[in-house]
Amino acid sequence: MNPINYLYLAALLFTIGAAGVLIRRNAIVLFMCVELMLNACNLAFVAFSRLHGNLDGQIIAFFTMVVAAAEVVVGLAIIVTIFRTRHTASVDDASLMKL
Amino acid sequence: MSSAVLAAASATSTGEAVQFWILGTVAVVGALATVLMKRAVHSALSLAATMIILAVFYLANGAYFLGIVQVVVYTGAIMMLFLFVVMLVGVTAADSLKETLKGQRWLAAGAGLGFGILLIAGLGNASVKHFNGLGEANAGGNVQGLAALIFTKYVFAFELTGALLITAAVGAMVLTHKERTERAKTQREQAAQRVREGTQVVPLPAPGVYARHNAVDVPGLLPDGTPSELTVNPTLRKRGQIRDVSGESLAELAALERRSSEWLERGEGTERGEQVRERGEEATR
Repeated sequence: MNPINYLYLAALLFTIGAAGVLIRRNAIVLFMCVELMLNACNLAFVAFSRLHGNLDGQIIAFFTMVVAAAEVVVGLAIIVTIFRTRHTASVDDASLMKL
Repeated sequence: MSSAVLAAASATSTGEAVQFWILGTVAVVGALATVLMKRAVHSALSLAATMIILAVFYLANGAYFLGIVQVVVYTGAIMMLFLFVVMLVGVTAADSLKETLKGQRWLAAGAGLGFGILLIAGLGNASVKHFNGLGEANAGGNVQGLAALIFTKYVFAFELTGALLITAAVGAMVLTHKERTERAKTQREQAAQRVREGTQVVPLPAPGVYARHNAVDVPGLLPDGTPSELTVNPTLRKRGQIRDVSGESLAELAALERRSSEWLERGEGTERGEQVRERGEEATR
């Protein structure tokens, strides 16, 4: 097996995540799909790191993880705030800037 | 670079290939389940499974540090945060099936398919007959190699990461903190308010059917045999997890009435027994 198969898997997972973001309506599930896309990118970075034989890809994946953690913390806080004011977690209902 | 390193590998071990095909299938199934599962909790668990498999793939690719970090940070911290928010928010929030834009789901699925074909076709054009492998880069240890890069070449990005994390922590606190603008009501004031408004002055009735069930998901029965909504927790009510046993209870009661009337030799149809039996039949229907 050639390690390029890891890249195919990463492309597949990224596509599934992107389709999920477009299809689902629940903000929490939407967030999970974004996480899936980020993870797919990380897998691609790690696979590239192995293909090229240096550690830069792993460093980028590490920074992606840090940014993803920060993004999840703020995003989930926003979802909780929206749920408090509108009593819904659906992205369709959050159509106004201000209540 | 020595000539041994330059003679790069062209295939992985058979063990790794077997691992890839088995775990890769599970990862894709987990990702599909994340998108397709109706309840957010199931989505979160499927995603956690996919992430653990990705951690195994990192380890197989020589990223030992990232593999451990993936388990600790992603499946340990981020997914638990997700589950926490699902419990806080999403238990009663079902995904609406109403389409705001007509045919949007199918268009989205089609766009996803096209995008996937594009990506995979692009990869198929790449020529990677040989790969270098991380043997040389990981020679002094994977963690030491990463540290040497982070604290020299990428030190500015690393410092920015620290600023980002602090901003995110402060942002989360600002967003979820609620300022209390008035004094909290004492118990006495709350009681007085309830009496003034005339809403549910006494405590709520207890769940369970007397001497039959005492579970919290079994609603108490009103004198006419219908289940009382007030006795069951609103969350259980919204999830539709109420066990209605009014039919069984009334049927048992009717049987009891019939037996006692036979025992007392009052003839078959006492008025009371008839009433109970009719109600039981209604409730069963």
